[in-house]
Amino acid sequence: MIFSILVNEGPYTHQASDTAFNFTMAALAKGHRIFRVFFYHDGVNNGTRLTTPPQDDRNIVARWSKLAQESELDLVVCVAAAQRRGIVDDGEAKRNGKDATNLAPGFRISGLGQLIEAGIQSDRIVTFGD
Amino acid sequence: MSTIKKFLFVNRKAPYGTVYALESLEVVLIGAAFEQDVSLAFMDDGVYQLKKGHQTKGIGMKGFEKTYGALEDYDVTKLYVDQESMAARGLTPDDLCVPVEMMPRADMGKLMEEQDVVLSF
Amino acid sequence: MLHIINKSPLDRPSLDTVLQTAASGAILLIEDGVYAATCGNAVEARLKNAMGTLKVYALGPDLDARGVADRVTEGVTVVGYDGFVDLVAEHKTSQSWL
Repeated sequence: MIFSILVNEGPYTHQASDTAFNFTMAALAKGHRIFRVFFYHDGVNNGTRLTTPPQDDRNIVARWSKLAQESELDLVVCVAAAQRRGIVDDGEAKRNGKDATNLAPGFRISGLGQLIEAGIQSDRIVTFGD
Repeated sequence: MSTIKKFLFVNRKAPYGTVYALESLEVVLIGAAFEQDVSLAFMDDGVYQLKKGHQTKGIGMKGFEKTYGALEDYDVTKLYVDQESMAARGLTPDDLCVPVEMMPRADMGKLMEEQDVVLSF
Repeated sequence: MLHIINKSPLDRPSLDTVLQTAASGAILLIEDGVYAATCGNAVEARLKNAMGTLKVYALGPDLDARGVADRVTEGVTVVGYDGFVDLVAEHKTSQSWL
């Protein structure tokens, strides 16, 4: 079955990203396909590579990046939500004259249309948030 | 992309205190642009989103009451409001900024069952 | 429809709203929502009452994390993340009552 995931909260404050990650792992283990993981609202903060948790804590961002690489996950960060919250890739930095980028590997920035498309193309869409 | 799905956006949070109401509207408009069959439901504190007369100058935030009125231009005309939530907050349809269909909670459940995609903000 | 609730019933009205809205299907309690599935909680009677029409599940890892796995209300089925995935697959739609 084709699933998509919507993550509406950032890492560490809410459990949403942890639950979404555990769900995604379980869905993949069961042989389901993940069409897309879409990050919206503060969820875009899951896509900053500058995250540096203490060594004895999980690295929520790196965990998503690794899973994206291993399972060819499409991790999409909403552009409008990302711009508001300072999540920037090369293209956005150039367009908006920013002197740095912070988008983590495996993530890409795109529009809200990607969420609607995920709803259209997937058999199931599950939301995690607060 | 010719598939048309029934999308229901369930709004259960008050405006301004958190960003969910505003960013939900943004998804609704994109859903309409993709020519999907879009409906909106307002329940719990979400009914406060439609309370008319937002004056946001004093809090320094952009008001978005007008966007609800503009939904019609995007062919989003199915707005359902939970009767019980309205009653619990002392609100009547006259207090709202747009025409809506008042719906008892049990019917709201049936509406949800008819959808292909339900996104709740 | 699968109704996913992640809020404590004593903090937000999500559970009561779902109980009054959903006529059939299932409820899955996750994160802080699992407190609703513990015996002695103020919503216990209402939850049990709904079990005639709604199947009630709670996410085991969240019960464990909160130290309440030993006081799950009778009639609640405890599932893992794999069971969560199955529940989503079994129901045509899911709604997260955030």
